[in-house]
Amino acid sequence: MRTLYQFHGGIHPPTNKTQSTQRGIAHAPLPAKLIVPFRQHAGEAAKPIVQAGDHVLKGQLIGMPDGFVSSAVHAPTSGTITAIDMQPIAHPSELPDLCATLIPDGKEEWVPRVAIDYRNSTSAELRQLLRMSGVVGLGGAVFPSDLKLRFLRLHPAHKINTLILDGAECEPYITCDDMLMRERAAEIVQGAEMLRFILEAEEVLIGIEDNKPQAIAAMQQAVADSGLPFEVVAMPTIYPGGSAKQLIRVLTGLEVPSCGLPTDIGVQCFNVATSYSVYRAFAHGEPLLSRIVTVTGNVRQPRNFEALIGTPVQDLVALSEALPDTDRYIMGGPMMGAPLPSVPVPVVKASNCIIAASDRLFPPPPPALPCIRCTRCAQVCPADLQPMDLFWFAQSREFGKAQEFSLFDCIECGACSYVCPSHIPLVQYYRFAKSEIRMREQDKQAADHARERHEYREYRIEREKQERAEKLAAKEKAVQAANIQPATQAQPTTVPANSNIAPESATQQKIQAAIDHAREQAAAHKPKNTENLTPQQQAEIAEIEARRAHIRKLAQSEVEHPKE
Amino acid sequence: MAAFFSPFISKPDTVSQIMLKVLLALIPGIALYVWYFGPAILVSITLASLTALGTEALMLKLRNRPIAPFLKDNSALLTGWLLALSIPPLAPWWLIVVGTAFSIAVAKHLYGGLGNNLFNPAMIGYAVLIVSFPAQMTHWLTPHGLGQAELGFLGQLEYIFLGVLPDGIKLDAITMATPLDTLRTRLHLDESVKQILDMPIYGRLAGQGSEMVSGGFLLGGFYLLATRIISWHIPVVYLGTLFVTAGIFHLVDPGHYVAPLFHWFSGAAMLGAFFILTDPISSPTTNKGKLIFAAGAGLITYLIRTFGGFPDGMAFATLLMNICVPLIVLYTQPPVFGKKDGVSGKKEKRP
Repeated sequence: MRTLYQFHGGIHPPTNKTQSTQRGIAHAPLPAKLIVPFRQHAGEAAKPIVQAGDHVLKGQLIGMPDGFVSSAVHAPTSGTITAIDMQPIAHPSELPDLCATLIPDGKEEWVPRVAIDYRNSTSAELRQLLRMSGVVGLGGAVFPSDLKLRFLRLHPAHKINTLILDGAECEPYITCDDMLMRERAAEIVQGAEMLRFILEAEEVLIGIEDNKPQAIAAMQQAVADSGLPFEVVAMPTIYPGGSAKQLIRVLTGLEVPSCGLPTDIGVQCFNVATSYSVYRAFAHGEPLLSRIVTVTGNVRQPRNFEALIGTPVQDLVALSEALPDTDRYIMGGPMMGAPLPSVPVPVVKASNCIIAASDRLFPPPPPALPCIRCTRCAQVCPADLQPMDLFWFAQSREFGKAQEFSLFDCIECGACSYVCPSHIPLVQYYRFAKSEIRMREQDKQAADHARERHEYREYRIEREKQERAEKLAAKEKAVQAANIQPATQAQPTTVPANSNIAPESATQQKIQAAIDHAREQAAAHKPKNTENLTPQQQAEIAEIEARRAHIRKLAQSEVEHPKE
Repeated sequence: MAAFFSPFISKPDTVSQIMLKVLLALIPGIALYVWYFGPAILVSITLASLTALGTEALMLKLRNRPIAPFLKDNSALLTGWLLALSIPPLAPWWLIVVGTAFSIAVAKHLYGGLGNNLFNPAMIGYAVLIVSFPAQMTHWLTPHGLGQAELGFLGQLEYIFLGVLPDGIKLDAITMATPLDTLRTRLHLDESVKQILDMPIYGRLAGQGSEMVSGGFLLGGFYLLATRIISWHIPVVYLGTLFVTAGIFHLVDPGHYVAPLFHWFSGAAMLGAFFILTDPISSPTTNKGKLIFAAGAGLITYLIRTFGGFPDGMAFATLLMNICVPLIVLYTQPPVFGKKDGVSGKKEKRP
């Protein structure tokens, strides 16, 4: 029996998982229309490589990975691309993003699929294949999986000892990993072996919370059948036990250093569903086209669906029959999930759960009272923070203090808000403080950059002035020298000419300098390529900038919370 | 729907419920108080409650704060009750009114209201009263069966509100100095501890009757511990320090220094350990800090009781330690996950 460790704090919210595990995973029927965003992963959006009107096959690449942190996007079924344009997506900002609209032809006609023998491939080949298969972390953070396998190369000193499969699924309501483990354990185990092979990890631990006895049994059976030396570990059920840092702590006793990565301590974590996708990619040549989505909450038929990426959320909700008083939806769990925009949005790779919500199910909290420093938040904080102090600093906008008290070690799990008797929306305060700090740092960087540029320009102008003066002085000297010693000139033919203009040379030099200066100024005022643009072009630029900012934000949050 | 963000679920606990449970936990002690000393304490508690709620409402109005949600949080009520339990029940009615009003208006609201007071408001009220009205603060009741005379409930009411005693009964006949005070005075007269404790006002452990009231507060304290409203740190370390300090002195000179259990069950030790020092707002937030805070309070309580000029040291010990809280908290920050050496913001690197 493995020794398990504890992390500080944690809570036991009502799990509400049994509702959606009564029946097996259902295949959601092919929807009439699929909307496939080109950014479903952390990092740069994929670049569209198809056009409206193109006919595509199931599994055909439609979005090429673009940039270091990026992943591929595929057509989830065969059909016709009818548009590539901005559509609302499941993002708290409610900003639209570039999506492909696909009208299925119903034939489910596949591209040729090629299984590969991963044992006879190089790690680079395998990583490239995962990148081109669009495999990203399905625990919610959707970080490209190939990069998590590549960290090994970035830190050659750090060998990966332990590969951990995260089947904890600690958030209430969500059961997609549970059901996947119950029904497809053998594939997950094979996927784990593939990941282990690439990482060259010594041991593989599969952590599952003990409120999923069927999943544990299924995984144990699958490991036994496979003959692989993996260990399925039943861990105590406690939220947030499935958060990567806490999971690693429970299974190994090691703490991922603050602002560090699991690889720093020789551990790498993958979600069980990611492992399953890796298996499909290698053993069947199938890119990531679908995922298991729990549809639960205020619905008549809570259950798990295997849904194609791009399936409209309302189609799934309709399958589960949302109750009439449903007035909003949550993507993810009730602790860390985000409200879905009121407009129709598609299922993406990050959509592990859709919760239909109503005031009956999630009664609005009473108005917040002042903090009474009861320290319940500190007692449950899995990052060992002092949430009441951080709240105090965030509220009084003492961001420096908040940072000093480790604000950025907060994983935003929401345990503090959950127990707060004053019902203060603590996590919102931390998010606010973090975004303010990030914004200030960006502003500061921009200002520093501008100041440096300005200083350099001043320096350059000064230097040029000096150089010109020196040149002038040198020439005048030369002229004087020529005037004084005309007889000694080695080239007599040129001497007269020189001597002729000599009296005026200083004036001429000055005129020349003035002309040069005017030219320089004119050059400086030449329109740059970003000026004099049409409004349309400007809008495009603004859009691109917004997207970049969005990606940066995503990448940043990814690095802070490498989930899975 | 306006504010809809994660987490979408929360525990149903409220500040109001927490305070209510603390009030409930005081009931056994109050019941025993009534049993041993008559119902006068109920009069003080009622007066304190009314004054507390009235002052709270007035201050909220003056500060332009919503009145109803804050009145319902029960915190003002708790301050009133704790103060009422700390002063003599037979004191004139205005004493408790002045004390409570000062607690709520100055010690709580002038500091910013609920959650912002540096000092325990009830103890500030007590300190103001004992410094300003020392004579009235000595009207402690004699337990049943010990005094030369006893007042009925009406008699007690009449004295509290009108200051009139029935014919033939003198104030000295129905009141007495507290067991702690008596001990101190007699020790100054060079009597030994053993002689003093043979007096009829002393029971098995400490003062007759008052030791039982302390027991009632201990019982309520267990309830608070069981319901996790308070943690063990403060009561255990406070009582522990008091016990150890008293024990050392007692071992050295048992004729002059009274046994530790006497300290536990005298004065406000039990009330303080479980109900006053544990006030979350004015005590440290870190566990290590709570230990230091409680140990300091225990030591100061003993020193004031034994060598100081006041009969009980609980209130001043609380206030003195309240002053230290911000410093204690700053230096007892627990290490953050993934940071071995505690708060080390300077080392923090973000991508």
